[in-house]
Amino acid sequence: MTARMDQKFVALKQEGRPAFITYFMGGDPDFETSLSIMKALPSAGADIIELGMPFSDPMADGPAIQLAGQRALKGGQTLAKTLDLAKRFREEDQETPIVMMGYYNPIYIYGVDRFLDDALAFGIDGLIVVDLPPEMDDELCIPALAKGINFIRLATPTTDEKRLVTVLKNTSGFVYYVSMNGITGSALPDPSLVAGAVARIKSHTDLPICVGFGVKTADHARAIGAAADGVVVGSAIVSEIASSLTEEGAAGPDTVSAVATFVKGLATGVHGARLVAAE
Amino acid sequence: MNQTPKLNSFRSGPDEDGRFGIFGGRFVAETLMPLILDLQGEWEKAKTDPEFQKELSDLGTHYIGRPSPLYFAERLTNHLGGAKIYFKREELNHTGSHKINNCIGQILLAKRMGKTRIIAETGAGQHGVASATVAARFGFPCVIYMGATDVERQAPNVFRMKLLGAEVIPVTSGNGTLKDAMNEALRDWVTNVDSTYYLIGTAAGPHPYPEMVRDFQSVIGIEARAQLLEAEGRLPDLVIAAVGGGSNAIGIFHPFLDDESVKIVGVEAGGRGLQGEEHCASITAGTPGVLHGNRTYLLQNPDGQILEGHSISAGLDYPGIGPEHSWLHDIGRVEYVPIMDQEALDAFQLLTRLEGIIPALEPSHAIAEVIKRAPQMGKEEIILMNLSGRGDKDIFTVGKILGMEM
Repeated sequence: MTARMDQKFVALKQEGRPAFITYFMGGDPDFETSLSIMKALPSAGADIIELGMPFSDPMADGPAIQLAGQRALKGGQTLAKTLDLAKRFREEDQETPIVMMGYYNPIYIYGVDRFLDDALAFGIDGLIVVDLPPEMDDELCIPALAKGINFIRLATPTTDEKRLVTVLKNTSGFVYYVSMNGITGSALPDPSLVAGAVARIKSHTDLPICVGFGVKTADHARAIGAAADGVVVGSAIVSEIASSLTEEGAAGPDTVSAVATFVKGLATGVHGARLVAAE
Repeated sequence: MNQTPKLNSFRSGPDEDGRFGIFGGRFVAETLMPLILDLQGEWEKAKTDPEFQKELSDLGTHYIGRPSPLYFAERLTNHLGGAKIYFKREELNHTGSHKINNCIGQILLAKRMGKTRIIAETGAGQHGVASATVAARFGFPCVIYMGATDVERQAPNVFRMKLLGAEVIPVTSGNGTLKDAMNEALRDWVTNVDSTYYLIGTAAGPHPYPEMVRDFQSVIGIEARAQLLEAEGRLPDLVIAAVGGGSNAIGIFHPFLDDESVKIVGVEAGGRGLQGEEHCASITAGTPGVLHGNRTYLLQNPDGQILEGHSISAGLDYPGIGPEHSWLHDIGRVEYVPIMDQEALDAFQLLTRLEGIIPALEPSHAIAEVIKRAPQMGKEEIILMNLSGRGDKDIFTVGKILGMEM
């Protein structure tokens, strides 16, 4: 699988701290602003970038990410433009892994082969496609793995021992543990429950386990980071973008700097956490 | 000469992965997969459990009022001067439409699975009323998601649901119609997956819903086939039904799929015409895509973003269609045609005056197609149409359009 992702986790393990994974919506509120946000993320402390692909019907997302997708689509964002965001980012940064996250239909309509060829050419390291469970692996997962793009799967509290084997089978890059049943942006889970769940998944795989859903502050990030190989923050960052916009929903003068400052704050939390394995 | 072996049945789908050709499947978030697999297991057991079948059949007889009558529409037949027209009177069911057939079946499954809470989405409100009804009958708390636009235009049904003890949540995301209500129901389900049963109202969604809903609705076609054989001693030449998600249509179509002599037509909502985006003709004017758990024909833009449809009828206002219909279209077994808002409105009024039956706006689309086709057919030919719901809920909408003071 892509060397960039594996090298990142090896390097972080040597540093003895979890990965900080930041999600934002491609094209929110417009292409140029979201490109500037993306470029600002690594120096603000993001180790891996999740690049959201907007979709008209985000069934697994809470209000913050739903609205971000609506803003992006209203701003003219398409899957082609989201791929272009990655391409432009890669012109300056060849180190930071990029994971594209979203729903299957825009990829299906773009054409699976064409999408994977472009994703590979533009330096995409992994895919998270919410509505493609293992039962649908022939659609995108197997073709992506064949081309050397990681297919990152979500595990949830409903994923029991038997199901875990199925879920992990074609998963690569890392495992994204969704810390609670629900939509993105829900309340913070109990860190001790998360630690137990991470340990359970770790008994089945050597892949890094990253945890998301509900992490909003540096303290949350530190608590979750102590129990996992990575912390994912999405809705909180997207909400920060939303609150920096003008009344008409356009980028404000401080949108990019506000997001960078917020991400820096979260990064201190994650960087303050020690990997359990490293202690 | 060897005889050519008979082609495979049109009635054997879906396969074990829930596919009808390339359509169907299980495109859902991982959180829901274990539950969907449980549901499939429970459904497999229930299908062959005589006790389940007996309970279903008893409730059908004594609670829904089955079998629904097969009615010869004599005055409409004479008025059109062609084929003999029969209606399958699903509008006479308890709660006023075919929706109750499926709701009774699924609530029995929810009970078997030990679930304690029911959620459902609704467009016209017929499925919402049917869900709230069975939830009351079996003592479940019930939450109905309904687009805010639909809450306005289907006020009588909203009141019915509330009377029945359901909580109606207006959904304001998107255009506030059925698609948005379904998104919100899925978000609720993914959050409350342990306690909650999602009672999907149409023959769409992730496997096993399309198959399960079809089987619960097939009672319509099974009865109609037997009733028509008794009344006329033969099968119909043409079967017609309106298609939104397509549960009433697949219910009457399915038992006739292998009868080669029977032509089958599904009627989509043509809205204000197929040129723009103001219609819901997923098959006639859409392309295959993935939404709400299945691959099927959808109204979408070239970027794969789903469009909001339009129809005078809230029950047809959905930019997709059940996956089995997509397959039946692709293999050419069923023909799908659009009917415009105005044609449906005219048919609504004609039927009301000629037969003394106020139909819902959804089957009014099917009636409009009957009005087109019957005069082209011989007097000895027979049309069977599914009159899937009654129009009490629509009188305010129609009144407004006709400029009547209500």
